[in-house]
Amino acid sequence: MKSLEELKEIRDKYKNEIQIRKKEFREEEHIHKAHVMVCTGTGCVSSGARDVVAEFNDELGSRNLEDEVKVVGTGCHGLCELGPLVIVYPEGTFYSEITRDDVAEIVEEHIIDGQIVERLLYEDKSGKKIAGYNDIDFYKRQKRIALKNCGKINPESIEEYFAEGGYEALGKVIDELSPEEVIEMVKDSGLRGRGGGGFPTGLKWSFAAGAPGDKKYVICNADEGDPGAFMDRSVLEGDPHGIIEGMAISAYAIGADEGYIYVRAEYPLAVMRLKKAIIDAEEYGILGDNIYDSDFSFDLHVKEGAGAFVCGEETALMQSIEGNRGMPTPRPPYPAVKGLWGKPTNINNVETLVNIPYIILEGPEKFAAVGTEGSKGTKVFALTGKVNNTGLVEIAMGTTLREIIFDIGGGVQGGKEFKAVQTGGPSGGCVPKEHLDLSIDYESLLDVGAMMGSGGMVVMDEDTCMVDVARFFLDFTQSESCGKCTPCRIGTKRMLQILERITQGDGQDGDIDLLLELGARVKETSLCGLGQTAPNPVLSTIKFFRDEYEAHIYDNYCPTGSCDELALPYWIDKDICIGCTACVNECPVDAISGERKEPHVIDEDACISCGACAEICPVDAIFQK
Amino acid sequence: MTCACNGEKNKEKYFEPLYMIFEEYGPDDKNLIPVLQNAQDEYGYLPEDVLKEISSHMKIPLCKVYGVVTFYTQFHLEPRGDNIIRVCMGTACHVRGASDIFEVVNDELGIADGETTEDLKFTLERVACIGACGLAPVIMVNDNTHGRLTPDKTREVLDIYR
Repeated sequence: MKSLEELKEIRDKYKNEIQIRKKEFREEEHIHKAHVMVCTGTGCVSSGARDVVAEFNDELGSRNLEDEVKVVGTGCHGLCELGPLVIVYPEGTFYSEITRDDVAEIVEEHIIDGQIVERLLYEDKSGKKIAGYNDIDFYKRQKRIALKNCGKINPESIEEYFAEGGYEALGKVIDELSPEEVIEMVKDSGLRGRGGGGFPTGLKWSFAAGAPGDKKYVICNADEGDPGAFMDRSVLEGDPHGIIEGMAISAYAIGADEGYIYVRAEYPLAVMRLKKAIIDAEEYGILGDNIYDSDFSFDLHVKEGAGAFVCGEETALMQSIEGNRGMPTPRPPYPAVKGLWGKPTNINNVETLVNIPYIILEGPEKFAAVGTEGSKGTKVFALTGKVNNTGLVEIAMGTTLREIIFDIGGGVQGGKEFKAVQTGGPSGGCVPKEHLDLSIDYESLLDVGAMMGSGGMVVMDEDTCMVDVARFFLDFTQSESCGKCTPCRIGTKRMLQILERITQGDGQDGDIDLLLELGARVKETSLCGLGQTAPNPVLSTIKFFRDEYEAHIYDNYCPTGSCDELALPYWIDKDICIGCTACVNECPVDAISGERKEPHVIDEDACISCGACAEICPVDAIFQK
Repeated sequence: MTCACNGEKNKEKYFEPLYMIFEEYGPDDKNLIPVLQNAQDEYGYLPEDVLKEISSHMKIPLCKVYGVVTFYTQFHLEPRGDNIIRVCMGTACHVRGASDIFEVVNDELGIADGETTEDLKFTLERVACIGACGLAPVIMVNDNTHGRLTPDKTREVLDIYR
């Protein structure tokens, strides 16, 4: 491909192919009778999406419909819980939890007879069946910029990316804009880093652009390691070309000619799709030498991580690319000045980069029109935990936590009471219900001791013990600490020991103050972001749930009953008990006694609160105190 | 650890897959991690001889190769078993004799916590509660839970996987 004009010709050719998926679709334009979009993200694949694709192909083949109906494997739609998901165009009908056995029915009734298969539709909270993709609560309140192509195109087809206007932004940049103008546009958009810290992206680019040096690098940080976060994975799997285009634009802006995508080896599908995308882009001449016949050349490599959470930290990540132990190095010098192999380097997160083509094509004003004063655009969150609709959501900055959890997420599972939401993973904090109306932006979250982080959002209900949550996250960061600096290596270890003794019932007077003091020191003095943020889950839970810590330490009692050693014993309601003796046989410590057909009793001192008796009781007569 | 290459004669054959990897990745520091990843795919783990060969071929000091291998959780210096046995050491299992069960597995297979049998059939691990207290004592073999174990029953379970 030699020019933007050539790209536009190819785009127009493929645009007709996917026109059927658009709202403005008109009958006479169609090439195919229908498009069957099957989600082939990791979530849906593990619930059987590949079988569904194969079955559609078989079924359509056996009816000689394979030329009229196109089956497309797409990236993640976000509603992973209800996978495998299938969307049939031109109607845009959304089917959920599809198995091989449902395929023939969809082909026969929907595709051939034009009748929607009611039984396979999504059902909302009130039990109403909803057919339209965009009418579902989970989707209709979202604003998709970063995820605009995820689920809409076949991520393994560069042509479908062209059809959606792909690589036009790169062409525009090379043809019409100087590197300085590109950086200005990104600055004007107000885009800030989506990986955690929220540093202004345009400013970061200007540092690397201004650094002296002939050789410069760009890196995409795709080492997503937070427990409970899968935003980047979905973009990598669903829109690999979007990331490549964003990287190429950043390379042009800072004057780099080589780039690396550092991706977790635990994401094999993402690795495979990225590699294919790079090869396809090279074949079209979009990567390599003299792109669009200009002086700009750019080579891109995929580098697989080897299992170390700390490599998400930018200096550690560069060490890892160079083939070393992935340990962070002190800053300054910043990567923008002295990065990979000592050369000026610009590192951005996946979600940051995938926003770039949109900003260039649609203009920075349009991007900046979404969001709040200090936080522009949208943010993708992985909504998990005790919430009805778990999955991937993209919302405008400034949306409130309540809207995300209750309107999009459908509220807390099982009608339980909402207690807190943990944002930002192991670096973040817990936001309690009094802050549910908090607007989601970088500053507001920091104000309450949490952080945007990469975008994990774990909902907790009344049954979650906040001390145990703090212990869980610290256990994670402590074991992932690389050990280079003392505050993180030893500080997190000591904090974890204190939390462990509190959850085991051995908490001491003064432990809370000790945690606060240690936490503040570790934050202040650690070398990298891992240590600097590791105490956040502890500090924020002490701030909002100090009473739970005190109950553990002074009353020897876990209010939620989740800490085993502090769990309260079980008791039998003698009015319900039928004396069947089932619990006597089940109890692992022989704490239950009683005559057959007479009410039984539990010896509170012997009871270890395992709950086995309550589970087996046929008449539900056993309760925890 | 004894040499797994059985003398000079088989050495070439033993390292053949490794040499194929070297053809794809030149002797450059930045290729160390990809070479290790590919070598582990070939050999199932990273034997000492393989690490030495990587070190001398890529001209990277063995101490650095070892440092990188031990830093990343993906790499294993010992072979892993086909079956991973997890013995629950939670409270309920503990009072119902989990340590006896652990000893039986330990005796039968001749391996301690974290170790793997020589025939590479089993790796043994002690774990915290796996949430099956009613079945105590329990072990998990791969993804299967086996409960209400006695020493005799434990031997029967092991026989299924032998």
